[in-house]
Amino acid sequence: MMIMTTWQGIVTVLMAVLGTVITRFLPFLLFPESKQPPRVIEYLGKVLPYAMTGLLVVYSLKGVQPLSGSHGIPEAIAIAVIVLLHLWKRNMLLSIAGGTIVYMLLVQLVFAA
Amino acid sequence: MRQKKGVKTKALRAAVPKVLPICISFFFLAMSYGLLMGTRGFSFLWPMCMSAFIFTGSMEFVTVNLLVSAFNPLATLMLAMMIGTRHLFYGISMLGRFKGMGLRKPYLIYAMCDETFAVNNSARIPGNVDRGWFYFFVSLLNQASWVLGATIGGIVGGRLTFNTSGLDFVMTALFVVIFVDQWMSSKRKSHMAALTGIVVPAICLALFGADDFMIPSLAVMLVMFLMLRPYLDDLKTDMQSDGREGRA
Repeated sequence: MMIMTTWQGIVTVLMAVLGTVITRFLPFLLFPESKQPPRVIEYLGKVLPYAMTGLLVVYSLKGVQPLSGSHGIPEAIAIAVIVLLHLWKRNMLLSIAGGTIVYMLLVQLVFAA
Repeated sequence: MRQKKGVKTKALRAAVPKVLPICISFFFLAMSYGLLMGTRGFSFLWPMCMSAFIFTGSMEFVTVNLLVSAFNPLATLMLAMMIGTRHLFYGISMLGRFKGMGLRKPYLIYAMCDETFAVNNSARIPGNVDRGWFYFFVSLLNQASWVLGATIGGIVGGRLTFNTSGLDFVMTALFVVIFVDQWMSSKRKSHMAALTGIVVPAICLALFGADDFMIPSLAVMLVMFLMLRPYLDDLKTDMQSDGREGRA
């Protein structure tokens, strides 16, 4: 239960909003359309898109513990299924749905705690 | 008027298949978030407003814990900025693509969560589809399903019986698919950038642990890319690399 007042709660939420909004808008405020961004920023704008997808893969797997529990085996199997499905059919929906269903079956039936 | 409507419909039709898996999982994930807030004694108005306005899953879950602790607005602000550091990199990646988006631009930036960024950043949009409206509908559909899920979760309470454990893997699946797509549709040099994006965060995760690896990852990647610049600078061939060294 909340120990702060409703107004304190609202201010807390607004601070969370403000912090997030700052990080999202800052690059666009620093480098507005009217000005040519520095070459190094243009360069980063070209390489970062490739790197950020990899970062998101790792980020979404950060809770996996290779040394305990299921040792990340369900994740590894599901990712292999996704990559193979995608190389085979190149259908985004099929690859995502297939991999997720395999994962859910693995954690609910095979590796259930 | 009619023509404009046609442009939007076309963009919506292009966006739906790209975001459908995200929308489904957003709905259930947000529902679990709404349920969590419900069990802590919050009315559904809290998850509804928080999901709509904060709109970044990780910070919303963190804020639930902040709300049941002592009041500390400055710490909340700092935490939100640290958790959101990766958005700076998303912004730099989208500077060029969000050019000329007019009135839609503030919303596109505001609503750029991880998944929306991943889709908008990588989608190959057909030539006859308006890019701006495509980005707009991707953002809107994702946000709508997230807010809807959180609200329903807050209203339903603990009455859900379907076992959703493992459903959140859909996010990993999405990112893996986009990674494979980008890998196959790009030239060899960009593979170096893609690998940096996997290897650096993986090492940082092992060294710093799940709670503290994002900022070191982003910092090391930045340094790596600045060092790799002589090699990667001509990544896209449509821009002449004149005077490429120099001031960097």
